[in-house]
Amino acid sequence: MSILIYAEHDNTELKSETAKLVHAAQQLGSEINVLVAGYQCAEVAQAAAQIAGVNQVLVADNAVYTHQMAENIASLVSELAVDYSHILAAATTTGKNFMPRVAALNDVAQISDIIAVESADTFVRPIYAGNAIATVQSSDALKVLTVRASAFDAAELDNDAPVQNIDLVHDNTLASFVDAELTVSERPELTAADVIISGGRGMQNGDNFALLNGIADKLGAAIGASRAAVDAGFVPNDMQVGQTGKIVAPNLYIAVGISGAIQHLAGMKDSKIIVAINKDEEAPIFQIADYGLVGDLFDILPELEAAL
Amino acid sequence: MKILVPVKRAIDYNVKVKVKADQSNVDLANVKMSINPFCEIAVEEAIRLKEAGIATEIVIVSIGPAVCVEQIRTALALGGDRGIHIATDLDLDSLQIAKLLHTVVVKESPDLVILGKQAIDSDNNQTGQMLAALSNMGQGTFASKVVVEENMVAVTREIDGGLQTVKLSLPAIVTTDLRLNEPRYASLPNIMKAKRKPVETIAADSLSVALASSVKLIKVMSPAQRVGGAKVADVNELVAKLRTEAKVIA
Ligand SMILES: Cc1cc2nc3c(=O)[nH]c(=O)nc-3n(C[C@H](O)[C@H](O)[C@H](O)COP(=O)(O)OP(=O)(O)OC[C@H]3O[C@@H](n4cnc5c(N)ncnc54)[C@H](O)[C@@H]3O)c2cc1C
Repeated sequence: MSILIYAEHDNTELKSETAKLVHAAQQLGSEINVLVAGYQCAEVAQAAAQIAGVNQVLVADNAVYTHQMAENIASLVSELAVDYSHILAAATTTGKNFMPRVAALNDVAQISDIIAVESADTFVRPIYAGNAIATVQSSDALKVLTVRASAFDAAELDNDAPVQNIDLVHDNTLASFVDAELTVSERPELTAADVIISGGRGMQNGDNFALLNGIADKLGAAIGASRAAVDAGFVPNDMQVGQTGKIVAPNLYIAVGISGAIQHLAGMKDSKIIVAINKDEEAPIFQIADYGLVGDLFDILPELEAAL
Repeated sequence: MKILVPVKRAIDYNVKVKVKADQSNVDLANVKMSINPFCEIAVEEAIRLKEAGIATEIVIVSIGPAVCVEQIRTALALGGDRGIHIATDLDLDSLQIAKLLHTVVVKESPDLVILGKQAIDSDNNQTGQMLAALSNMGQGTFASKVVVEENMVAVTREIDGGLQTVKLSLPAIVTTDLRLNEPRYASLPNIMKAKRKPVETIAADSLSVALASSVKLIKVMSPAQRVGGAKVADVNELVAKLRTEAKVIA
């Protein structure tokens, strides 16, 4: 088994998903390479070389990979694929974007969002918003897998794997990058945070999300939201937790003014401890909460901030 | 311009699915089925492009058993012009679906294909990207805004870090995210009119696509159930329990 892991990064920082994917890959085999595709991403490659279990880091450092456009990355990965039995990428918006393209170019299936490895060809993945868990077996010679990073622990960082530059340039005329509006925040990223406090429609407006700030500061928490809060324009889309947003599994998840629709639960029900704050004692979120507090969030949030 | 919109018949999003006792699959007997919500957003976007005078024809395509025609009719009632039903009773994977859709792309030569980003049953999020690869087209996935320009489409995408805009040369593939639009409801007169719109049926096995899947479903289980439901009386009890019982805060 030889495994290629696509590194999750933004050209400057290696994201926490990658070490978790290495851990997943170790359950498949021991020959593990990491591909860093980007532009001026040498630091990312150095960080990837530190992950225990990595044999080699391959770096495709070229301006055509600056924005990791699916068209370029898929054709690069697809060319490299001939040397591997498995290709893994995190089930982030980057991995979800280019990996199915790789699978189709290589005429194999993709298995999305795996949460466990049973064997080199058998994997476990949630379907129906996590209301059912499927075990599937692939007979393809090349397995293309996206991985739900939150389901795996991170590999240690005590390695010094060799870094090798690869000189493959895959450009295209089909698609080009125009611009990006990235959310800048001092807080931890949702998918990497130990504590998350999320607001829903009950927050009533975007200004009221400030009530979560003081608590998040004290807990070192990331701030998330339900779809209803994003749709209503209270907060940006990258804060959405759920089936079709970010999937998180922090130690502590505090849901404030969120009813607990199955699509929201799909994104957070694997959190270790769940707290629900809601004025409706019948709200479904209480059924999965370890600690439910019934009451008006506008009274409770200031009290909670003071008590921490 | 011609727009192709593939739609999937899927469990209604309000239904919580149950797993069969023998763990062979989920139980869909007598369960309400609808157009997958993301496909509905794709249909709506195509209709808006037609209303804006940009699109001239909207072709709806669905793959599956005969009952899929219900979803095609719904999409026609919303504003699609004609339908194509690719008939099969097999449970196909995204790759086979993408290959079948590719045959439709070759035949119909649409300028734009708009699909849902994922189906809420398999949660795969693959078909649009695979179709883009097979058709050698650019892809704008997870779209929250689509602006058609001359020979180009600008797609604003919802990504983990915020928003990203890409430009694709036409023909191109777009997959929809939740914020792209809010789908309309079909009016009764339009539902009646849709019954007379043409729907062509093509047998999937007549399309020279290998339909066998390389992925076998071994079993389907219910997820581990959380034991929740405990309540605390006030903020002080909550904080105390988080500190001493759950030990998740300092
Ligand atoms: C295809 C599809 C995909 C979806 N994907 C997602 C997803 O990824 N993530 C997601 O979150 N949703 C998703 N949804 C939407 C989901 O079905 C729900 O509509 C949404 O989660 C509801 O958000 P909410 O709980 O904030 O709002 P509501 O359901 O309106 O709940 C608001 C809650 O706030 C409480 N409340 C109001 N005022 C107060 C107050 N003063 N104090 C305390 N409590 C108060 C109310 O009692 C209520 O329980 C999806 C839906 C579809 C169809």
